Amino acid sequence: MRQLKFLLIKEFQQILRNKLLVRLIIAVPIVQLVILPFAANYEIQNIKLSVVDNDHSEYSRKLINKFTSTNYFLLNGYFYSYKEAIHQLEKDNAELIIEIPKNFEKDLIRENETKIFITANAINGQTAGLSVSYSNSIIRDFNNDIRIEWLQPARINSLPTIEVTSSNWFNPKMNYKYFIVPGLMVLLVTLVGFLLTTINIVKEKEDGTIEQLNVSPLKKYQFILGKLIPFWIIGLVVLTIAQIVSFVLYGIYPVGSYLTIYLFAAIYLVALLGFGLFVSTLAETQQQAMFIAYFFMMIFILLGGLFAPIENMPNWAQFLTRLNPVSYFIEAIRMIILKGSGIKELATHFGIIILFAIIFNTLAVYSYHKTN
Amino acid sequence: MNAIEIINISKTYKSKTKTITALNNISLEIKEGELFGLIGPDGAGKSSLFRILATVLLPDVGSAKILNYDVIKNFKNIRKLIGYMPGRFSLYQDLSVEENLKFFATIFETTIEENYDLISDIYKQIEPFKNRRAGKLSGGMKQKLALSCALIHKPKILLLDEPTTGVDPVSRKEFWEILKKLKSQGITILVSTPYMDEANLCDRIALIQNGKILDVDLPENIVNKFDKDIFSVASDNMFLLLNDLRNYSHTLSCFAFGDSHHLVIERNKADENLLIQYLSRHKNLSVKKIEPTIEDCFMQMLQSEN
Repeated sequence: MRQLKFLLIKEFQQILRNKLLVRLIIAVPIVQLVILPFAANYEIQNIKLSVVDNDHSEYSRKLINKFTSTNYFLLNGYFYSYKEAIHQLEKDNAELIIEIPKNFEKDLIRENETKIFITANAINGQTAGLSVSYSNSIIRDFNNDIRIEWLQPARINSLPTIEVTSSNWFNPKMNYKYFIVPGLMVLLVTLVGFLLTTINIVKEKEDGTIEQLNVSPLKKYQFILGKLIPFWIIGLVVLTIAQIVSFVLYGIYPVGSYLTIYLFAAIYLVALLGFGLFVSTLAETQQQAMFIAYFFMMIFILLGGLFAPIENMPNWAQFLTRLNPVSYFIEAIRMIILKGSGIKELATHFGIIILFAIIFNTLAVYSYHKTN
Repeated sequence: MNAIEIINISKTYKSKTKTITALNNISLEIKEGELFGLIGPDGAGKSSLFRILATVLLPDVGSAKILNYDVIKNFKNIRKLIGYMPGRFSLYQDLSVEENLKFFATIFETTIEENYDLISDIYKQIEPFKNRRAGKLSGGMKQKLALSCALIHKPKILLLDEPTTGVDPVSRKEFWEILKKLKSQGITILVSTPYMDEANLCDRIALIQNGKILDVDLPENIVNKFDKDIFSVASDNMFLLLNDLRNYSHTLSCFAFGDSHHLVIERNKADENLLIQYLSRHKNLSVKKIEPTIEDCFMQMLQSEN
């Protein structure tokens, strides 16, 4: 026990003496939580819109007004021909073109039917998709308006329509930050827990200090615990900083209990640190360790459901996310913070993360040898 | 009783492109209380042997015993008995002198106070810098700290892998004084060095090259066994001189040795006068018959090995 205590003292002495590292451990969660939720915003506003109105009628003006009166679209200008408008799109002055055909109003009244041509710049597929769907809903709205206008003299409700009103459960205002901040917390804990452990152990290898420990009567478990406990603590400290920042800045606090979050994080960190230890046994230099760690970090993040919803992924990718401990923590922390899930509801998540912890640590203990 | 017994140990390092034999069927016996020197150039296999004895490297074949404990089976017992100082400085550079010593004392389940008398001579020299980070120490200081850390648990056997490499001559001398003192306290010391002049400071030495032991003996016996004549030759044109000497009919070997060449020839085949005659075209020629040094013996052995 005395040996383990000293290993921990030594580790903290080294970490605290590394002033830059200490500052980073504190600053990284704050900076990331301040910047990223704004930067990673999926809501698209101020889409630059070019209009080609070949009709110049009352209806066409009404339709255009409907577009420009929202925050989503910003009128770039009216153009006489589609050619001119597409030129604007090419120069990046416009992201969406609406072309209203000649006789738009006439056809609408006489034939009860007309067509509008919409062109979206799909260089950024997400913006394009969203702006088209925004347009569709505006046009649908416009459609309903004129129907009601025409029906007014007659009996209301003669045409059956289904109106869809949606309510966003657990995130009523569809605040994007509620969704992204808990995910970022997981990312931060992972970054600190995984990257720091891996590099720390490999540093001992590179410096040759591990050789001195290897010839000592120090037991394998003492060494491993001596390495894991400090970063386990640091991981929880980072989580705490993240919780404080997200409460102060975004007013986000768990509907569920902090205890559940910390309990899950504590087990998650054990799994993650075990994995870090395993990676460190593979790498000989800090450069290698950094690269391996980054490789896994990228996969963890992109297959973790932080940015892209897992449900949108192809089946094989969805399967991979099931092997990714990060995805479970992201899911769990969102459930705890937004939904108020407790240990009972998260039993599967807990079970799986405990399994990860056992597998990774067994793997690490087996591949760490004092003798080679 | 033998403190260390090495029996037919071989170790090869394999990579995809080549196989390097670090140790080739090595056997050695080191007596208790001995100051034993392993002398050989870089890459001779010294560090591999040390790492096997320190139980951090497994031999391919052969076995080794330290105080009758097998390095493979009883490594746990051995780790308490040995103090190992790797060739590379491997203490925590970001911890202070005192913190390093305290840390290694604890890891070896002891305290500085308990064994202070053993390290006091060495530690006193670095104690003024005890709050300095180990990384900021000079080369000689670093080695003294490393030795203190290797000694802190009162080992019966010290394994010192090139402790004086990269250390200035004064510190080197001090370091050997310390080793002699430790020896007088009954500690068996196995030390390796690439410096031939340090060989004379050991009780017995083993000359090692390309993973093979060339000879094991008392330093003076190794010199005495040298059955050839050796001359120190110098002139104005050293390069030409080396060529001339190597072309001389009785020459066995000739190597540049500082500011003169050492010429080895069969015993009584030539004397100073004959050599002066042969080298008459050189100006400022000096030819002197000398006593061989360990280095001469080593070079000669290498020559006959090849």
